[in-house]
Amino acid sequence: MLLDVGSLAVMGVTLGAVLGTAAKLLAVPTNPIEDEIQALLPGSQCGQCGFVGCSQYAAALAKGETPITLCAPGGKATIEALAKKLGVHADADGHEEVGPRVAFINEDLCIGCLRCIGECGSDAIVGAPKQLHTVIADACHACSKCFKICPTEAIEMRPIPQTIAGWHWQKPGEHSAH
Amino acid sequence: MKLFPILGGIHPEYRKELTSEKAIVALPVPKTLYLPLQQHMGAPASTTVNAGDLVKKGQLLAKAQGAISAAVHAPTSGRIAAITEMTAPHPSGLPTLTIMLDSDGKDEWAEPMPAINDPFAAAPAEIKARVAEAGIVGMGGATFPSAVKLGLGGQHKLEILLLNGAECEPYLTCDDRVMREHAAEVVDGARIMAHALGAPKVIIAVEDNKPQAIETLRAVAASQPNVDVVGVPVQYPMGAERHLTQAVTGRETPARKLTADVGVVVHNVATARAVHQAVRLGRPLLSRVVTVSGGAVAEPKNIEVPLGTRVSELLDFCGGVSKEAKRIISGGPMMGQPLPSLDVAVVKGTSGILALTQRETNEHASSPCIRCGSCVTYCPCGLVPVEMAAYIRNDKLDLAAKIGVQDCVSCGSCSYICPSHIPLVHYFNYAKGKIAALDRERRKNEQTKALVEAHNARLERQAQAKREAAAKAKAAKEAAEAAAAAQAQPNSAGGANA
Repeated sequence: MLLDVGSLAVMGVTLGAVLGTAAKLLAVPTNPIEDEIQALLPGSQCGQCGFVGCSQYAAALAKGETPITLCAPGGKATIEALAKKLGVHADADGHEEVGPRVAFINEDLCIGCLRCIGECGSDAIVGAPKQLHTVIADACHACSKCFKICPTEAIEMRPIPQTIAGWHWQKPGEHSAH
Repeated sequence: MKLFPILGGIHPEYRKELTSEKAIVALPVPKTLYLPLQQHMGAPASTTVNAGDLVKKGQLLAKAQGAISAAVHAPTSGRIAAITEMTAPHPSGLPTLTIMLDSDGKDEWAEPMPAINDPFAAAPAEIKARVAEAGIVGMGGATFPSAVKLGLGGQHKLEILLLNGAECEPYLTCDDRVMREHAAEVVDGARIMAHALGAPKVIIAVEDNKPQAIETLRAVAASQPNVDVVGVPVQYPMGAERHLTQAVTGRETPARKLTADVGVVVHNVATARAVHQAVRLGRPLLSRVVTVSGGAVAEPKNIEVPLGTRVSELLDFCGGVSKEAKRIISGGPMMGQPLPSLDVAVVKGTSGILALTQRETNEHASSPCIRCGSCVTYCPCGLVPVEMAAYIRNDKLDLAAKIGVQDCVSCGSCSYICPSHIPLVHYFNYAKGKIAALDRERRKNEQTKALVEAHNARLERQAQAKREAAAKAKAAKEAAEAAAAAQAQPNSAGGANA
């Protein structure tokens, strides 16, 4: 009886130790959720979150080291998708202030230097050397990279005005607990 | 005719007696008309005139733009004063592009469109084109371009054109008066629409609280074997498209599908009248019948109003609004929308203007839900409002969507019946709008992603091409050098030999 229990206990301890060390030694180096998170980000590598690019932000998010509200071009939809994926509460309040924006090129100041076109990750700016450049508003996702690089400050980020088609009722006020 | 029961629904105080015996009177053409380019669902119309132009009554001012849109015409003759942004007749109060037309007082007609004398010999496409040309939209309030709806016959096998004369909203009597005073036009318009749709049968459904309308329509329709007039029970929201279809035919429309998928197309009676005028007389949609009513209106009336008339002028025509007015609403009290100001215009979808007193609005602060389940019993769509509202309050829109918030028709029965006065339908309107907005944002993100990927792929291709070109150039250079070296050697060797 004692022998049975003893041998089983020894086996358990040894196998446990083996499995434990194996798990440590053979651990998968990358976090698989990183790829999933990266798939949710816009992928324009704009760097507005403070990280070098989308994959670095995704890595930090996977470790839970950074807030989920930093992606400016992604907007609220991205924040909510990230919150759902990571199982954390989406606090989009701070994000909302910016609102949807679009790049706009001031025609008087543009010198046709092509730098913004080189920066734009979604091909939203058209133009040729020494010719006026312009923004295709539908393709712009407001990453602000062009805004930052423009040598003549000809680019501004303009808020997109609200339209009737995009309007909806606000959530009813919380005057009482139901 | 055998009728079928519909789920839930309520019986509010109808208060139709305020205007039901008031014959339609025409409003004198106001000095200035304000015509928004968007009076319909879909894309706004695009202007075909400029400020300063002189126009005649019925002349095209803005043409339809895109697949779902509707034209706008001049309701009277005069001069275009301006085309500018003005407050829209919409609860948001946002600005919308509007044509300001100064009337010259002559009310002079432009050359009308040629009348189609025998519409039943005309091709359905011709009728559809005429309805589009006339700028007709669904006049029950949904304002969907009618021509698009008349094109449903192409993709669906339609059996019935159901003409909606239910008018289940309290106060409103504009459809009732149209049916009583213009029954022949309504029936003729319905037959023309049925011809365009390829639907063999027309059923005109009217709630039983309008016996004179039913009687008048029956007398007119007696000579038409394929037109039936049926009285349906008084039960809000009987006039909802899906519910009326269910009540009259027993066919249930699946979620997110059209009634056309069960062989039925529903049009409003006022739309039928507009179609009659467009086809038989060549007249575009220039005016509509509006019920002005409510406890705060001195003389409630049914008025034929030129489109673009300001609400304030309409109320003045009815003796003005008393101080007791608590809310001014466009549409009925159940589904109508508050107006941002009295300076907004009457548009194609304005069925009523109501000035309601404190007592009529019956507003209360909401108190906690007592789990009575009334909203579940009365929901005509078979939904569970209490649960949906709880999810929405806690920002769980995906869960609310899962239990069908997008299938809510916003009839407001739940809010009406709630003993705790919880603004249930407000929660659902918010949720539906918000879900749609998030969807748009998601689509935008997907589009951005596709663009970024295409951009990166292109850069990669360019880099690859550059590398290949460099390699080629290098290989060519090496080959050239080798060839030069090879040539130099025999030459030098030859020189030595010589």
